[in-house]
Amino acid sequence: MTTLVEPEAAVNTDVVMRAVGITKNYGPTRALKGVDFEIRRGTVTVLFGENGAGKSTLMKILSGVETPSAGVLELDGQPVELRSTVDAVERGIAIIHQELSLAPNLNIRDNIFMGREARARGIFVDYKLESSRTADLLRHLEEDLDPKTLVGDLRVGQQQVVEIARALAGDARVLIMDEPTSALSGSEVEVLFRVVRELTAAGVAIVYISHHLEEALEIADQAVVFRDGALVAKAAASDIDLAWIISNMVGRNADDLAPDLLDEFGDVALRLTDVKVADPSNPARLAVDGLSLEVRRGEMVCLYGLMGAGRTELLEALAGRTALLAGTAELEGAPLGNRSIAERVELGLTLVPEDRQRDGLVQTMSVGENLTLASLLSYAKNIFLSRTQERAAIEREIGDVRVKTASASASITSLSGGNQQKVVIGKALLTDPRVLLLDEPTRGIDVGAKAEIFALMARESRKGLAVLYATSEVGEALSASTRIVVLSKGRIVAQFDPRTTTREEVMVASGETVDEAVDAAVDARNGDAR
Amino acid sequence: MSATNSSAKTPRFNRSNIDIGSILLEGRAFIALIVLIIIFALLSDSFLTAGNLITMTKHVAMNAILAIGMLFVILKGGIDLSIGSTVGLSGVVAGVLLQGLQLDSLNVVLYPAVWVVVLCSLLVGTLVGFINGVLVTRFNVAPFIATLGMLYVARGAALLISNGSTYPRLAGTPENGNTGFGLIGGGRLLGIPMAIWIMVVFAVIALIVLRATPFGRWVYATGGNERAAELAGVPVRKVKLRVYMISGFCAAVAGLIISSELTAAAPQTGESFELNAIAAVVIGGAALTGGRGNIRGVLLGAFVIGFLSDGLVIVGVSTFWQITIKGAVIVLAVVLDQAQQRFKRSKNAALAAASKGQQTPQNSETTAVPTK
Repeated sequence: MTTLVEPEAAVNTDVVMRAVGITKNYGPTRALKGVDFEIRRGTVTVLFGENGAGKSTLMKILSGVETPSAGVLELDGQPVELRSTVDAVERGIAIIHQELSLAPNLNIRDNIFMGREARARGIFVDYKLESSRTADLLRHLEEDLDPKTLVGDLRVGQQQVVEIARALAGDARVLIMDEPTSALSGSEVEVLFRVVRELTAAGVAIVYISHHLEEALEIADQAVVFRDGALVAKAAASDIDLAWIISNMVGRNADDLAPDLLDEFGDVALRLTDVKVADPSNPARLAVDGLSLEVRRGEMVCLYGLMGAGRTELLEALAGRTALLAGTAELEGAPLGNRSIAERVELGLTLVPEDRQRDGLVQTMSVGENLTLASLLSYAKNIFLSRTQERAAIEREIGDVRVKTASASASITSLSGGNQQKVVIGKALLTDPRVLLLDEPTRGIDVGAKAEIFALMARESRKGLAVLYATSEVGEALSASTRIVVLSKGRIVAQFDPRTTTREEVMVASGETVDEAVDAAVDARNGDAR
Repeated sequence: MSATNSSAKTPRFNRSNIDIGSILLEGRAFIALIVLIIIFALLSDSFLTAGNLITMTKHVAMNAILAIGMLFVILKGGIDLSIGSTVGLSGVVAGVLLQGLQLDSLNVVLYPAVWVVVLCSLLVGTLVGFINGVLVTRFNVAPFIATLGMLYVARGAALLISNGSTYPRLAGTPENGNTGFGLIGGGRLLGIPMAIWIMVVFAVIALIVLRATPFGRWVYATGGNERAAELAGVPVRKVKLRVYMISGFCAAVAGLIISSELTAAAPQTGESFELNAIAAVVIGGAALTGGRGNIRGVLLGAFVIGFLSDGLVIVGVSTFWQITIKGAVIVLAVVLDQAQQRFKRSKNAALAAASKGQQTPQNSETTAVPTK
């Protein structure tokens, strides 16, 4: 492999932890190919790389979740063997997982101290001490929460803050953050970054992974890029820019998300009038508060907004999962009323949900069975399924949305995230929709697959499909939409034409604060692209 | 499109590899059955006789019919504890009708025809399932609790109807025009007991329903991921309601077979039958979490349990040991199944990682040219 990095001499005292020649095999697949990697005291090392490049695998090895197939881990220059996460935590290595790993039935305090409860007189839990330490941590993270609040009652963003607090409570020397900001709002990210800087100032070594490249670059001291299980490039953050990262990640220049889109649109496909939706987690609050919107055939409308702006709640209500509190929604003139999800799918309105694993896929089924699940009745003769018709539809759709799979009968869990998402979209397209709703269609998907997914959405919109999708990435909104609708607190606060607006305008409208570092990065990128 | 071909080229992960895994998964129960037959054949001369095999298969049939119904519920991700009681209740309903309905006001005794009796029994069994389904779908009662409640309610109903006593002599009399009930459990076709034929017919129908109808696919989808199924437009509630009705119907059929065979209906019939049915489904490789399992496995599971119990009796192992061994077999089956699943999961994870590795980002057809 083209590893540009030479491991430096072990005498360098700055190095807290070092991985030498780490290889990890899953069966015959090599997820990591002899990676040399080091973590320095008081710095933030950011790992860049597409999904499956090996970042998460390396982090799992560093935090004791997995053991390497070959290679050595060194802590303070001494070889160590991390047998479990508990082992790693005892040695001062903590990890904030990409997936939330909290117990929703316990309160914040109990979650933070789960597995390392403070003891009073040897056998009892010292709740008093735990409560006060929890309160301190939450105050430090500027999250105004009662330590006794049930974690299940918290927003996802707040849960992520608790997850961070839990890692901080352990007084770690090495702190690994795997996508810590995926559910955080702009202000929460700022708080996190402030905390990160405080930690590094105190000598903690931080390893940081994020799909938000700009954001990650902002916090980075050292940047490391992974590709195909190997460490391919490494540099000080001050010497590099986004273009460098992206070209190293994918081996090509980025910013070709922007798909061809129509200029002229057809009739109104979806009409929302003064729609109100209650917040499912807090029924007293309105998640969507008097929203009116029209989406025409051939349009690709982007709903941009922060966490809690009401994007997901709006889309789920339109799909029929929750009821509208007030207002009307019409699909090509036909009121949706309180039709069931199945009836809406039949009418031509389908949602590609935000959480692929929870809401999008049936993990026990094959690729093919997942694809045809929503359109099954159209292959039925009397009460029987026509195997030939179904198989033909599956083959056609696999080719159409370009799913990379060994066969239609392969398990859906054998696909990568991007290909799984293509299956979810293919499933929706097979219902022959008039309006396609997508909630964060590129969540957790790498750059290459992202472009493919947007190209797919754009292609369908050119054919006359009305597309309405939600995103929290401005870059996506600007480069892959015909109109940007900015939501804030359940209302439309602004609408933009992506060709004439700027990143700053959109972000300001959403209530997000724009950091100078982000601006600089964006300008650099736009400069390259144009 | 080249999308499918390109990944098929990697020889390490071809299809046959995956299939061997699933063949092993199901082969396990089959291997166990063969081993059982060999062991018992060696220990007892009478085990492998045609007569004994037919008798044992008849016992198997009872459990298999219940297990087929149970499979639908378990595939959906539920459980039905009420079927044993439903067996008793449907037998009692048949009993009370065959004994004649005393209509006091008209001072006559009504003897319904056997087909009416059978229909009523089946309806009652299906009704129990319907109530289970309504409790689960409409009132959001956990399946375990809802069907546990119905376990008692149905048993209580059977005891109330019969006043705790057994209905004897259900053969009917020609002058009442209600003979023939005994044929269901006692009759033979081509030398094979009806119960076995019923099992075969039920297995075939269930196989077709599960594999060749949208409903069957919906059952798998609902059990695999209910939220995703619902969002895909699967009528989840209807599916749930139906599987409990199917389970209740199967239980009623089993109840009819038993009371017909004995030409007597006792309200206590069927106690703990639900546990045997669950065991058969589980040994057959179905997941209690739903979405995974099939008819072939259920039949194998029912045969393993049935042949094991009967074989132990024939060989002369004490009842206490029989119970212990049966329990151990069930647990062992699940332990092996878990190991197999772990293996499968790690292989899929590896495949997913590999499919990323193959991603070719440069694709002129899908990645559109920037317009700006």
